[in-house]
Amino acid sequence: MRHLMSPLDFTTEELDRLFDLAGDIERNPGKYSHICQGKQLATCFYEPSTRTRLSFESAMLSLGGEVLGFSEASSSSASKGESVSDTIRIISCYADICAMRHPKEGAPMVAMQHSSIPVINAGDGGHQHPTQTLTDLLTIRSLKGRLNNFTIGLCGDLKFGRTVHSLINALIRYDNIKFIFISPEELRIPEYITEKLKELNIDYEEVISLDDVMPKLDLLYMTRVQRERFFNEEDYIRLKDFYILNKAKMAKAKDDMLVLHPLPRVNEISVEVDDDPRAVYFKQALYGKYVRMALIITLLELN
Amino acid sequence: MLNVGKIEEGYVLDHIEAGQSLELYKHLGLADMDCTVAMIQNAKSSKMGRKDILKVECGIEELNMDVLAVINHNITVNVVKDGEIVEKKELTLPKQIKNVFKCTNPRCITSIEQELPHIFILADEDKGIYRCKYCEEKVGKGDGSKKKNR
Repeated sequence: MRHLMSPLDFTTEELDRLFDLAGDIERNPGKYSHICQGKQLATCFYEPSTRTRLSFESAMLSLGGEVLGFSEASSSSASKGESVSDTIRIISCYADICAMRHPKEGAPMVAMQHSSIPVINAGDGGHQHPTQTLTDLLTIRSLKGRLNNFTIGLCGDLKFGRTVHSLINALIRYDNIKFIFISPEELRIPEYITEKLKELNIDYEEVISLDDVMPKLDLLYMTRVQRERFFNEEDYIRLKDFYILNKAKMAKAKDDMLVLHPLPRVNEISVEVDDDPRAVYFKQALYGKYVRMALIITLLELN
Repeated sequence: MLNVGKIEEGYVLDHIEAGQSLELYKHLGLADMDCTVAMIQNAKSSKMGRKDILKVECGIEELNMDVLAVINHNITVNVVKDGEIVEKKELTLPKQIKNVFKCTNPRCITSIEQELPHIFILADEDKGIYRCKYCEEKVGKGDGSKKKNR
């Protein structure tokens, strides 16, 4: 039995197979519409996340399976003080696979250790969000046709942004990727990541200005400054609108550059950019569903 | 010059960084063991300038060498039997350590689920860096339970 805790749990060859399956699902949805009949997905969400939860639920329903679960800690036994390990033992009795989101880092790993069904980490605090990374990789692979040989700019909250950390860790396994980290001083990429890039001799630069680097980018990954990651409200207010991607900035970018965003977007991408064909963040959400469908099939060993 | 008597059986931990012996005392759990301990602090050392020394009279299987290695693998561990040094142990970093350090990341699951063991995995052998098994928070050599950035 396999689980998914980190995007690195799968080799690049396994990811290729997963993305091929996701591509086949996209082209032939009817072929997979009953593959999970009689199977149940438990979505155990200890903190609110409409997008990820609905994406998992939509994925399972599109495979002919069923869904049960809770969408906040207050509607689970966690509010009565039940531990994650006890909860997963119970969930294992009711469902065939579990997607867990938890505000505390490592909670899905604790669940995994006590589970008799596959557990998918659907986001644990500022730590990992592997299915978002799989979504990002599938989006890039589908729309760029490759996962190597490009310059990617990551912009916004690079300190707390778990999607960014996971994506970097996943991309460093592919050839000739250059990273440009665009953030205010207070939200710089953690040192442990830049140390790793140095060790691996991977090209990167850290800048504050988004304008200056726009022409160099093949991909721009925008992120939201997340209120829930700050202990101090003043810091959040000061930094939340540091970057706003607008038409003027897009005019400086390559014609085939793609803009990705894990969503939800607040102010960091102006709505005027939405109609630009290079803005693919809504398409990305759809790829998120396909990759989760492929993941559920793979972890349930139905393919 | 302060003189501390010989021990019959146990360990003499030499070349401890000055000021680190209390931390070692705590992490080795010596307060909970039925043993005699002599702690010499700030002793003159030709090699280190100042150093600490711990003499622990106990059974020679009783001390957790993994803890010593994690805190400072440059410590000299002399094994004493029948009043004589019979072995100098080489310290190697264990792949995993359990309940030696506490994860101090307030976002870690161990911060709310008290029964969970605090497990750290060796992430970088050269630098002696361990990361929390659950949240990957870093703890390095001699860091004790100090907060470190990931």
